[in-house]
Amino acid sequence: MTDVISPVAQPPASPEASQFDTTTARKQWQVILRRFFRHKAAVFGMIVFVALVLLAFIGGSVWKYSYTDLNLGRYVTPGGDHPFGTGHIGEDMFAQVMRGMQFSLQIAMVVAVIATGLGVVLGALAGYLRGWVDALISRFIDLMLVLPALVIAAAMTRSTFLLEATKTGSQGSNWLLVALYIGFTSWMSVARTIRGMVLSLREKEFVEAARALGAPTRRIVFKHILPNTIDVIIVNATLAIAQAVLLEAALSFIGLGVQTPDTSLGLLISQNKNEFTIHPWLFFIPFVFIVLISLSVNFIGDGLRDAFDPRQKRVKA
Amino acid sequence: MFRYIIRRILISIPMLIVASFLCFALTSVMGDPLGEWKLQKPRTPAEISAAYARTGYDKPLIPRYVNWAEHFVQGDWGETVTPGNAGEKVKPKVIDAFWTTSKLVIGSEIIALILGMLIGVIGAVRQYSIFDYGATGFAFTMFSMPLFCIALILKNGGIQLNNWLESVTGDASNRWIVTSGPPVGGFTGGIGQQIFQYTGAYILPTICLVSVQFALYSRFQRASMLDVLNQDYVRTAQAKGISQARVVFKHAYRNALIPIATVASLNFGALVGGAVITETVFGWSGMGKLLVDSITKLEPYMVLGLMMSTAVFVVLFNLIADVLYAFLDPRIRLD
Repeated sequence: MTDVISPVAQPPASPEASQFDTTTARKQWQVILRRFFRHKAAVFGMIVFVALVLLAFIGGSVWKYSYTDLNLGRYVTPGGDHPFGTGHIGEDMFAQVMRGMQFSLQIAMVVAVIATGLGVVLGALAGYLRGWVDALISRFIDLMLVLPALVIAAAMTRSTFLLEATKTGSQGSNWLLVALYIGFTSWMSVARTIRGMVLSLREKEFVEAARALGAPTRRIVFKHILPNTIDVIIVNATLAIAQAVLLEAALSFIGLGVQTPDTSLGLLISQNKNEFTIHPWLFFIPFVFIVLISLSVNFIGDGLRDAFDPRQKRVKA
Repeated sequence: MFRYIIRRILISIPMLIVASFLCFALTSVMGDPLGEWKLQKPRTPAEISAAYARTGYDKPLIPRYVNWAEHFVQGDWGETVTPGNAGEKVKPKVIDAFWTTSKLVIGSEIIALILGMLIGVIGAVRQYSIFDYGATGFAFTMFSMPLFCIALILKNGGIQLNNWLESVTGDASNRWIVTSGPPVGGFTGGIGQQIFQYTGAYILPTICLVSVQFALYSRFQRASMLDVLNQDYVRTAQAKGISQARVVFKHAYRNALIPIATVASLNFGALVGGAVITETVFGWSGMGKLLVDSITKLEPYMVLGLMMSTAVFVVLFNLIADVLYAFLDPRIRLD
């Protein structure tokens, strides 16, 4: 432990002092970043995840076949011209998987934003304002936990109003709808956690001091309380990505997920579930990509959690 | 404590009413259950209005809901409405599905909990050992896989094993693994045969459920155990010269049990609502499968019946989680 974590700004060191002073104080985020980059599994996860994102969004567009190219020969085994083989209408699986991964990642990002955003705002409101706001939000959380997510999903996919609202151009964007309802049905645990943290933080002296200085509620919540929950927020947002990818796959499997012309890794797997024994690559390649996304994100989340935890002993800052 | 429990139950009643109404409204948004039937072949207006009157769909949403609620509180959960499977009572179907799901879920949940706690505790006590890394890696891999893929792979493995068993023994009755739900007429034959059938029917869905649940529990148990092991009173106990086993089990473990008890009870409440994927893949007609089927067939009363019974369990196990928490940690007061 060579560094000093100081909440107050260090006074500029005098020239004489700096001769003897071999250590400089690191900012808190520098300490966290250092801890994160010393966490081998997390850094590995980060590299894999960035590589997957680049592959999905760039690899697909520079690849020699487009996802619209069909009749390239049915069920060509992986290798040579088609590294991932071809499917039952002669589509190039590499192009398909890249496009599926694009959609899966887009969905996951939207879900992470919605679930974290909703969870943080509602949780903070409930925890800080207490009283009837808290009662209302807590009952709303209970309600969302009781309503089956599948019913919400089915209602949202069939509602013509939402289909119109999420249209981009002439094409419906079914993936956005899927992202919306996964987001709307998975913010509750974040909200509960944040609510609990805010409930205890609002009683702390520094919040009382801010209140005594006349800071408005908005400032107290956003400047004083929420920064203290940033670790939970970031870790949850990261893990939400992994959960969303898996949830989307499960929904596609029971027919309530993404639908053609949009696609996703989950949809690719479910479309090829009967090819399992005869043409296994059609099932296993998208499967491996789902596992890679989710595994790398889980490792990143774990590394972040450790990096944010001041009690962590093993990874020296 | 008693007053707390009563109050919690009373609070949840209006919540259930709102939830049931919302659920009913959502099923209406999903579509008209008679829509497809109308388009199958030309129907006379009289035929159509008769069908709508029979299902109650000639009335607007609110009266329909009130009508359902009136019957529901008297124990009549309504009937299925779509032609083709019209007139089936909802209540017995839901109760059947509930038993099917419980048989599957209770056993696998217990196995997952025991395995998870065991691996979590060992992982925490021997932190950063090979065992810990192995268990962590395995747990991460398990919950990074889509459950339906695990299920499909298991199912396929089961079929391969069956083929192998049949080719070795040359007898089709030796196909051990069942991939299409529990036998309809129960288990038959001598005790040996019954065990054979029982394990064959349960093994795959149980492995499937355990694999994910145990990964979750082991991570939770490891985290909470580490948290406790790093506390001062544990160091004090070690400094006094108490044996490591005694410190781990007597001093640390009891406190590390608190978070996992809560998680397990919440999880259990949610699982009673159906293990959708596992039931679908392995052909168990439990709550989850029934829900998916009812949603696809647009059966409003079936969906509502399932939702209400699931909701009661979610509320109940939420309450159990809180009471258990207060019971295990005397510092927490419920009032």
